[in-house]
Amino acid sequence: MDKMPRWADVALIPLINILLAFILAGLVVLAIGQNPFDMVYFMIKGALGSTRGIGYTLYYTTNFIFTGLAFSVAMHAKLFNIGGEGQAAVGGIGTALVLLAVPWPHWTLALPFAVIGAAVFGAGWAAIPAYLQAKRGSHIVITTIMFNFIAGALSIYLLNGVLKKPDQQAAETRQFGDGAHLPTFNEMLSPFGIEFSKSAPVNFSFVLAIAAAVLVWLLIWRTRLGYDIRAFGNSESATAYAGISSVRVTIIAMLISGGLSGLLAINVVMGEAERLILNFVEGAGFMGIAVALMGRNHPFGIVLAAFLFGMLNQGGFELLWEMPGISREMVLVIQALIIIFTGALVNMTRDPLERFFIRMNKRAG
Amino acid sequence: MDFLQLILTLDSTVRLSVVLLFACLAGLFSEKSGVVDIGLEGKMLISAFVAAAVAYETGSAWIGVLAGCAASLIFAMIHGVASIIYRGDQIISGVALNFLASGLTIVLGHAIYKKGGQTPTLTGNARFTEITLPFADAVRDVPVLGPIYSELISGQTALVYLAFAVVPAVWFLLYRTRFGLRLRAVGENPSSVDTAGISVVGMRFKALFFTGILCGIAGAYLSTAQAAFFGREMSAGRGYIALAALIFANWRPLQAMGASLLFGLLEAISNLYPKIDVFGVVTIPVQFTQALPYILTVVILAGFIGKASPPRSVGVPYVKEN
Repeated sequence: MDKMPRWADVALIPLINILLAFILAGLVVLAIGQNPFDMVYFMIKGALGSTRGIGYTLYYTTNFIFTGLAFSVAMHAKLFNIGGEGQAAVGGIGTALVLLAVPWPHWTLALPFAVIGAAVFGAGWAAIPAYLQAKRGSHIVITTIMFNFIAGALSIYLLNGVLKKPDQQAAETRQFGDGAHLPTFNEMLSPFGIEFSKSAPVNFSFVLAIAAAVLVWLLIWRTRLGYDIRAFGNSESATAYAGISSVRVTIIAMLISGGLSGLLAINVVMGEAERLILNFVEGAGFMGIAVALMGRNHPFGIVLAAFLFGMLNQGGFELLWEMPGISREMVLVIQALIIIFTGALVNMTRDPLERFFIRMNKRAG
Repeated sequence: MDFLQLILTLDSTVRLSVVLLFACLAGLFSEKSGVVDIGLEGKMLISAFVAAAVAYETGSAWIGVLAGCAASLIFAMIHGVASIIYRGDQIISGVALNFLASGLTIVLGHAIYKKGGQTPTLTGNARFTEITLPFADAVRDVPVLGPIYSELISGQTALVYLAFAVVPAVWFLLYRTRFGLRLRAVGENPSSVDTAGISVVGMRFKALFFTGILCGIAGAYLSTAQAAFFGREMSAGRGYIALAALIFANWRPLQAMGASLLFGLLEAISNLYPKIDVFGVVTIPVQFTQALPYILTVVILAGFIGKASPPRSVGVPYVKEN
């Protein structure tokens, strides 16, 4: 056997890489004269120490599950969709339009239509880069970056114009009606006698995110379309010989990806803010790249990675109170280092480990 | 619009396009050698911070620029190690380095200066001041040419003149030297370069060296010349506009200058004239002017106008055959 065992590939290497990232981040913390172990303690306490902390952690986790799944679906077709940020922003516009247009009587009625609004708008924003990649060969990385910025300009324009609530300064829409209020964990769990923090924003969208993860798993590994997407990602020429249309796969994979990014708006716009505000995506689209990378493009891995990144996010906010010397952007440094070690520098740990395992195997055999 | 207003708009254009020009030329080196660099943004940001901090501590803007370049160079080398030696994904490396710069600048700035990531304001020699060229005051009243010379050409900072001097130098290096020929070849067809006994890895690292330096100057310009401090997220997406300008210029240095000036002009217009009335019929919103560089780039990439022809092996790690 001239391969390393699967457990090493799936578990050992990511663990070593995350450890390396944390060691380096610890050195940064030491360099600014703070105690890295205190930092880790306060971050974990902030993220998991109370139902409020858990509620925020799961709220961020929900965002990262959506954007991580979005990135992974496109990546299975070897399409680097870096436009999650813009697709989520436009998904927010779709959500807001649906929720503002109709005085919804109950959230169970509002949610399906809001999901359609979010997904269609998100997918629509991915459609043009997808078409240009499939038909004109325009590099999707660059076009989706450009579309992120165009989405930003569009949001600012709409929220300062037609969508803006009259008679106020802030660039935001009016509040959605009470009938569009998604139940929070507090409201969902209290009938069962479970006390959950009232202030935590985690809501029904978390259930939606888990369902999306299951559906993506079914799509990618249990349907013909999923097979086509994976085959296209592995070898474009082979799929051409097999009669799979590259245009069709590219566009469908990107539409699903954009739609999933758009769903982030259900959690943030419908679930938390209950109105459309500017810059609500807050980098979650980009973070989806890291989440998918760490989760190795598998829904189960993505849910785990999203939880880790959700913890980091929430822990970082709490840091502000406990250790004022460390700015919460330390979280960004940790996340960046995780991406560097698990993504860009993955071969740095993989190559020597692979050699090690091959040598061990030869000795054993 | 009267003549003086035009001159002022063009003056603003020049000031705003300089940072794009340096960053665009930085991207040119990297992409010509076959390494995609969407980390221009991060390199500019880290350099802007380090340049402002070092300029403040030493009182010298030039030492600030050198320090900024060093910081940017370190980022460029990390990108090189990841994408050239370890054949990592170049997009992922770029995205990660952008995040790292966003985070590090604020964490360090907050820890050192306690002002929420901002550095103290630079004064005196710690910032670049405007240079008045000879006779600028004397010819001010000469019609047309007077204001052009005294307002537009004179009265810029040293880095502005450097930017426009670097353009022909880059062109010469890339198209008239052996080094330039090899660098371009390594981005088009690395295996042929390898066959000729030239190290692909070495050439790509040399290209990234220039990328690091030029991005460093771009970032330092932001915090020590265009402004006199570092503020969080100061690069504000200019690294991506520079990338767009590079595509717009079809990966050529002289055209890069044109594209940077065009995108600088659009930024100047959106700053100076937020709402433009077209014959009183339509009002062009400022957001449209701001988004125009991105829209134009997508149109170019779509190939409906002109044709984008990137270096053929850009983004592909080179694996030596055994």
